[in-house]
Amino acid sequence: MAYSFPEEVLEHVFSFLSLARDRNAVSLVCKSWYEIERWCRHRIFVGNCYAVSPEIVIRRFPELRAVEMKGKPHFADFNLVPEGWGAYAYPWIAAMAEAYPFLEEIKLKRMVVTDESLELISKSYKNFKVLVLTSCEGFTTDGLASIAANCRHLRELDLRESEVEDLSGHWLSHFPDSCTSLVSLNMSCLGSEVSFSSLERLVARSPNLRTLRLNRAVPLEKLANLVRHAPQLVELGTGAYSSEIRSDTFSSLADAFSACKQLKALSGFWDVVPSYLPAVYSVCSGITSLNLSYAAIPSSDLVKLISQCQNLQRLWVLDYIEDSGLEALAASCKDLQELRVFPSDPFGAEPNVSLTEQGLVSVSEGCPKLESVLYFCRQMSNAALIAIARNRPNFIRFRLCIIEPQAADYLTLEPLDAGFGAIVENCKELRRLSMSGLLTDRVFKYIGTHAKKLEMLSIAFAGESDLGLHHVLSGCDSLRKLEIRDCPFGDKAVLANAAKLDTMRSLWMSSCSVSFGACKLLAQKMPRLNVEVIDERGPPDSRPESCVVERVYVYRTVASRQRLDMPDFVWTLDEDSSMRYS
Amino acid sequence: MASASDCISQTGPGLKERNYFGFSDCSSVDRSTVSSAHLESKNNMNMKATELRLGLPGSQSPERDSDFSLLNSVKLDEKPLFPLAPSKDRICTLSQKTVASGNKRGFDDTVDGFSESKTTNFSEGNWMFNATGSDPGQAKLAGNVISIRPSGTQLAIKSEVPAKTLQESTNKIIGTNTANAPAAKAQVVGWPPIRSFRKNSLVTTSKTNDEVDGKPGPGALFVKVSMDGAPYLRKVDLRMYSAYKELSSALEKMFSCFTIGQCGPQGAPTRKMLSESKLRDLLHGSEYVLTYEDKDGDWMLVGDVPWEMFIASCKKLKIMKGSDAIGLGSSSYQVLLHFKAKKSLMYPCFVWDLAVYQCFYKESFRPDYGSDVPECFVLMSDISFICLLAFSCVFLECLLRLRLYLLFILNLDFLVEAQ
Repeated sequence: MAYSFPEEVLEHVFSFLSLARDRNAVSLVCKSWYEIERWCRHRIFVGNCYAVSPEIVIRRFPELRAVEMKGKPHFADFNLVPEGWGAYAYPWIAAMAEAYPFLEEIKLKRMVVTDESLELISKSYKNFKVLVLTSCEGFTTDGLASIAANCRHLRELDLRESEVEDLSGHWLSHFPDSCTSLVSLNMSCLGSEVSFSSLERLVARSPNLRTLRLNRAVPLEKLANLVRHAPQLVELGTGAYSSEIRSDTFSSLADAFSACKQLKALSGFWDVVPSYLPAVYSVCSGITSLNLSYAAIPSSDLVKLISQCQNLQRLWVLDYIEDSGLEALAASCKDLQELRVFPSDPFGAEPNVSLTEQGLVSVSEGCPKLESVLYFCRQMSNAALIAIARNRPNFIRFRLCIIEPQAADYLTLEPLDAGFGAIVENCKELRRLSMSGLLTDRVFKYIGTHAKKLEMLSIAFAGESDLGLHHVLSGCDSLRKLEIRDCPFGDKAVLANAAKLDTMRSLWMSSCSVSFGACKLLAQKMPRLNVEVIDERGPPDSRPESCVVERVYVYRTVASRQRLDMPDFVWTLDEDSSMRYS
Repeated sequence: MASASDCISQTGPGLKERNYFGFSDCSSVDRSTVSSAHLESKNNMNMKATELRLGLPGSQSPERDSDFSLLNSVKLDEKPLFPLAPSKDRICTLSQKTVASGNKRGFDDTVDGFSESKTTNFSEGNWMFNATGSDPGQAKLAGNVISIRPSGTQLAIKSEVPAKTLQESTNKIIGTNTANAPAAKAQVVGWPPIRSFRKNSLVTTSKTNDEVDGKPGPGALFVKVSMDGAPYLRKVDLRMYSAYKELSSALEKMFSCFTIGQCGPQGAPTRKMLSESKLRDLLHGSEYVLTYEDKDGDWMLVGDVPWEMFIASCKKLKIMKGSDAIGLGSSSYQVLLHFKAKKSLMYPCFVWDLAVYQCFYKESFRPDYGSDVPECFVLMSDISFICLLAFSCVFLECLLRLRLYLLFILNLDFLVEAQ
């Protein structure tokens, strides 16, 4: 040991490593490095809250300052995971309250957070600074009130797309007058009106405020006042963007915006009255991120707005933009990196706007830096996909959703295998792929062969046999998350590639053909995997083993396989090789 | 509910002389129809008939007819489903059920008339309150369906009897009904993959931007549905349905796995599953009512307001036991319901009469002896059953009279229910 560096030096060196991947590698070198590293890790990311238990985390990392965690599987966003499945934040927060009194950041995604948890957070951590709740649920505005009241040094309060039970808007008034540290406030998911005067005073006394996302209830007339108090804003989410057309409102709004020299991101724009859009023209040249996905703006007005934003890098928009608008986008925004087009009428039988695959083709031609796409449309062809793949080999994320399940190529009526095959073949750096339309096993063969960097794959209503799943599991080397719904994949592929599941974060299969017997066998073969059978029809024991299960969720875990908060409709394998439920 | 109150007033307050067989006067005609119908439908009495149905007032699940006919071919165990000796509990529950359904009357006005077309061969329990005018001759007795149908309304829960294959065939039958086609198309859960937050925002976005949208945008409206005793919540998209009947059938499907429950190999309930106690539980708490929480936070019974108004104000749905739903109601019926509850507590005797009356017409309380038992035996068992009920009624009524005497004579206020 005389030849090794002193610990303090090593610790100092390690402090430059920010990526968890690098720190994990460092801790594998030798025992003393493991020990040094674990004492100086301050930031942790847990991709699946059930992969590890709070006790294990606390035991290994005694000095954490920031925790980021994800709970439910991605398909929970689309109501495929029954309520009450789990992902409760309270056990984690309670355990961390004792172990980490100096915890500063908590970021949760798709977890169930209760008011008790929020209250515990506000009271246990003296130095709490950042709370980000993405797509969480289970809490009310009372919980927010306790956060506002008790966290003296709160910097970020971000409730992205969470389901909050909105009891009243009074929670905002709980911010004490002494609180001047606010940097980011996102309350866009809340419904009820907050006291505008409290909001105004809060904004006025927060000189560091960079992000302000208002909720729909903040009227347009008041927006100008708020913006005037915070000309240093970098990201602004408006409230309802509609009002009677009055020139004084318009001019005050335009003046307020012109004072914001650092504004880079705009969002909100609920209930847009297009005549008020020109008020933001003064800041458009600096805008890099524009989220108009709640704004029903006709294509012509959209084009006028977008053509002003030469430096746009991220655009989220509804399909009102139409093919013509996307062509204009391709012509004016050459820096575009991410495009998301959401459907305005997803459940209508007939298309209400003229948005087709052509829009995506034009954007892929015109925007050389485009790397991330989420596109909802009603028709697609192999030719278009091949063209897109050729135009844009630098895709990292490609998510295409054709609204009609199993829709074939509308020109040739063939499956879209060739199109998606071209995507994975040409886009060598593809990390995330979501597919839709009519797909056979061939597309999975292409994916297995070419998509070597693919980390997340979402499949729906696709495939013909187990061979498809086998191609994916055996071929995709970097696969971490696989989620499948309504595909005819069964036992053989899953069991044959059981070892692969150990290298992945999770596998979700719902409405497929996996039998209960196969789940049991998988759980027996792989002790490090938790095979959760989620079936609302009653205990799977009461049916024959060949009966298919409704949903199965397989994830690797070092915690106990019998999690304590399992509801009645979840079954996992017990220690004595029988399926039990709590 | 007019006929129900008639019955009540017929027998009068507790001090009048009671004719326990008096109900046979008004029912003699129906009785014969019942027995003849009973004969022809004896084949149809099977396990399926223990189904309890979740139905909104006046509505019929579209697939009930088809389920029923499909299951005729399924050979199910027949055993006496109900013991000969009725328990007091059952009667009390029945009385509560009668009361709970008292406020359903108004729904008939709001039903689209769909129930007319569907009551062709599957209406039961209409003889007593014969309001929809369905022909008793063609009424197929639904066997052991427990439902109280004042003025053609219905409350019951459907069991998870249909196996997966049966379900598919029923879906095929439904599929041919063109009215259901667009709703069936949109019923894939979680597709297209849009987060509920965005879906709910789409509703209000499209509503307020008509000039862009042209036609009314549907969007989606997800509300949570919970059921008493069920371990999990579900979410339904109210915009996928255009009327109460669709919602009720969807909820039936969704929660059907939680009623009679476990399925055997073919998906039909096996004999040992339907144990005596389980069945009794089902019978006692068997009435399920669909309620919703409106924007003001009040819990209301579903079905009183027009559909559009309902989806505009509904925040949450809950499937409650009928006994718990006493006291709930829409504003116009609140008082009436409460009054009825009070009355029943004060004068349970004639409510028991009512219950016995119903028992008589409800196959559910008639033991199932199978098809090869002579009719006279069945009649005899009926009579003995009625006698037993009568005696128990007498006994309980004596108890009640005693209580009343104590109340008035001795001024024992604690025996009075608080108003």
